Amino acid sequence: MSNKQRVLVIGNGMVGHKFLEAMVNSPQYSAFEVTTFCEESRIAYDRVHLSEFFCGRSADDLSLVEPGYYEQHGIRVLLGDKAVSIDRSAKTVTSEKGEVLSYDKLVLATGSFPFVPPIPGHDRDNCFVYRTIDDLEDMQAAAKNSKVGAVIGGGLLGLEAAKALVDLGLETHVIEFAPRLMAVQIDDGGGAMLRQKIEDLGVKVHLGMNTQNIGDGDERFHKMSFADGSEIETDMLLFSAGIRPQDALARDCKLELGERGGIVVNDHCQTSDPDVYAIGECAMWSGRIYGLVAPGYKMAQVACDHINAEDNAFSGADMSTKLKLMGIDVASIGDAHANTPNAKEYTYVNGTEEIYKKIVVSADNTRLLGAVLVGDAADYGTLLQMALNDIPLPEFPDALILPQRDGNGATGMGVDMLPDGAQICSCNDVTKGQLCQAVSDGATVLGDLTLATNAGTSCGGCKTLVGQVLNNELEKMGLEVNTDICEHFPHTRQELYHLVRVGEIKTFSDLLAQHGSGYGCDICKPTAASILASCWNDYVLEPEHLGLQDTNDRYLGNMQKDGTYSIVPRIAGGEITPEKLIVLGEVGKKYNLYTKVTGGQRIDLFGARLEQLPQIWKELVDAGFETGHAYGKSLRTVKSCVGSTWCRYGQNDSVALALQIEHRYKGLRSPHKIKSAVSGCTRECAEAQSKDVGIIATESGWNMYVCGNGGMRPRHADLFATDLDTETLIKYTDRFLMFYVQTADRLQRTSTWMDNMDGGVDYLREVIISDSLGIGEKLEAEMAKVIDTYQCEWKTTIDDEEKVLMFRPFINSNKADSNVVFVEERGQIRPARKDEKELVSA
Amino acid sequence: MKDPTKNVQEDNVTTDQNWISICALEDLPCNAGVAALLHADTPRETQIALFRTSANDAVYAISNFDPFSEANVLSRGILCSIGEQLAVASPVLKEHFNLATGQCFEDESVSIATFPVKIADGNVLVAG
Repeated sequence: MSNKQRVLVIGNGMVGHKFLEAMVNSPQYSAFEVTTFCEESRIAYDRVHLSEFFCGRSADDLSLVEPGYYEQHGIRVLLGDKAVSIDRSAKTVTSEKGEVLSYDKLVLATGSFPFVPPIPGHDRDNCFVYRTIDDLEDMQAAAKNSKVGAVIGGGLLGLEAAKALVDLGLETHVIEFAPRLMAVQIDDGGGAMLRQKIEDLGVKVHLGMNTQNIGDGDERFHKMSFADGSEIETDMLLFSAGIRPQDALARDCKLELGERGGIVVNDHCQTSDPDVYAIGECAMWSGRIYGLVAPGYKMAQVACDHINAEDNAFSGADMSTKLKLMGIDVASIGDAHANTPNAKEYTYVNGTEEIYKKIVVSADNTRLLGAVLVGDAADYGTLLQMALNDIPLPEFPDALILPQRDGNGATGMGVDMLPDGAQICSCNDVTKGQLCQAVSDGATVLGDLTLATNAGTSCGGCKTLVGQVLNNELEKMGLEVNTDICEHFPHTRQELYHLVRVGEIKTFSDLLAQHGSGYGCDICKPTAASILASCWNDYVLEPEHLGLQDTNDRYLGNMQKDGTYSIVPRIAGGEITPEKLIVLGEVGKKYNLYTKVTGGQRIDLFGARLEQLPQIWKELVDAGFETGHAYGKSLRTVKSCVGSTWCRYGQNDSVALALQIEHRYKGLRSPHKIKSAVSGCTRECAEAQSKDVGIIATESGWNMYVCGNGGMRPRHADLFATDLDTETLIKYTDRFLMFYVQTADRLQRTSTWMDNMDGGVDYLREVIISDSLGIGEKLEAEMAKVIDTYQCEWKTTIDDEEKVLMFRPFINSNKADSNVVFVEERGQIRPARKDEKELVSA
Repeated sequence: MKDPTKNVQEDNVTTDQNWISICALEDLPCNAGVAALLHADTPRETQIALFRTSANDAVYAISNFDPFSEANVLSRGILCSIGEQLAVASPVLKEHFNLATGQCFEDESVSIATFPVKIADGNVLVAG
């Protein structure tokens, strides 16, 4: 038996997982042996975003655990097993399957369970709770035979559950006992506005309803009867009437509990037994149970630190919250109900735009105590920081919530006023001081800063504020945020794009004369070449464009380390006939090229000398191939799985769609390379979620994912829209790609482009789907122009003798470069190393 | 942009160098490079990169060999101005070399050969 300290965790929810992560990251991790119970059939997943399950996010998408993470760190997971008793004197836990586990430290992260009010009939069929993915799957199955759904409970979770019913396509009712929605977090005025907005979305809201009985319905499955004599019939019923701490194990082993449940803990999250900790929703600290994830995360860190004998204490948590319910922004800060003696309120109600804002201030009108925001929560970050950091209010506090229509911008406070200790990201506990440190350590763009600190990576609510801290710091450091692309143009790529487009500039020399200085360089010339190509789509080897091209574009091939090129003909969607495959083999053999299959389902032929390129391409073009643009910052490949044509599981014809997309966007020059893929079903064999535009077939259409990439910093694509028909999918893709081409920085992949965008994927949806900028049709028209002017650059080149001359090895000789030497390896050529070359020449 | 004396540096031509006619000026693409071969098939065989720039309407010749990648590729690089100086960026790993002096901008200890150029009767001549 090892002499490691045994740490046993019961519960693998969000908080349980956070604790495990904290342990793994602790300096003495190797001194511990960690085991966790996971009663559910799935390891930790994101319960906060559970409702996204119904708009296409899979159970895997919701997982919080990188595949292999527990194995890699030696954490034993008792999946699907459950702790049934704790023997504190023997320090053992017995599992349902009969295993007895010893512990030195025990951590209870058992969470909570949904409270189901004891209404007669509550245990009928088709009654559900809303807590786990299993619950959701049950609901999904029941929804197939349902038309109407009702939620009992109009709190935060109840409204989330109502959204799930709407997503399932049901007529939805929300039934609340209290006289307003979200009674805990918001006031009457905010509740009324929220109700109005939710009813706009077709949800029927019933307030002040006391459900007395659930029985058989006449038209629908259930009939709910209320104290006022009214009735509602529904097929499905969801209970979301609050949560109760899961404290049964603690009760059985006689740990101290609160009067109404909850495991009592001290500031170190220890229970009445110092070797047993409780964290998250099962724990009661100072008479309170925290039902939010941020305090749970904090407790997880505190317990971990205490086990590691490090200093840390839980000292309560702010319960302010901001969320998006059915697309509606709702936020609550501090004393939202003005319970503080003599507190005063300011309210702004905009009935047209359906916005409600209220601030609660101290009796002397100098401090912010609380706030309620419905319909527009953009001020949340600022207001929260003012309340938390006790920042003096401006002379007229109502200015904080009144709209700014004179163009002077918000009168709130600058982030400069925040103390270093101010917590900016509550999910990941990142302070302003930590952000500032990261900025001075070199994280000077938003994407790098969030990566370095994790700020803004969970709920994203603080991202605007993180951006403000960044800009403020850069300004203070005297670092003017220089976004000029190089010394020759005082402009960003985006600005240059617009100058070219608006001024109808067709050549680099005109662009330089009108907007730049000097002669240009290897930064601005290829950038301009790409912009000119995106806008006007001229042949890239025209004399006025020739000198702008990177060598890959100039010779329409991919230069390798020895100065030779590789050749990648287009094999759209990865589909190729045997005849064409033979042609590639024959060309490879004839010119003695190294051949390799690429990750994008194409074939790469390496080792062609400059002067061989036109000959090789002539043979390829004659056989029906066209350029694959592997050399360009442009659309590369659209990978596909074989789809419904052959596959037993395929939902749709992924190959046909991949071909359509690849042929549509081939040749589109862009700020960086663009990749796409289409999978025929959710098994995702084409790995579409690692692409800039990924498409996955569903039963009823296509799900569209955007802004993923592989490479150095792999990133999963975000689900952008669901169940699209092909026409809509193409429309959104046109707009998405053109918006990227127009607004991204040089060499910025779609992922960083979006991550640096204020509002991220939500903003992108507004622009692309809701057309909030009114540019949708323009983007489509510009894309249509690129598509209409497509040419195979290699065909154009080999048809023009003068262009072919540019591929001569020397302007005054046709002798081959004697420095290009190959040796054989595994039956093919490879470039010779220096020592091998010396041997050859000796 | 100052005129770097049209870089016709006849004074620098040493006794064992000759003016070698390479091509017609009009055969050189503008603001882009080409490779040329000096003393083909002799022990003195050398590859050069020729650049004709509109910045000062001049022609430059430097070694075609990129010492960083050890490949003959500099003629395929992009022409730049860095402050007042003209340079070419290696297409392999993007180091910059001064067209007039051969000095590398990123690494002081590295420089490459340059060759005098003159234009006569519409022909480009290089001393080598």
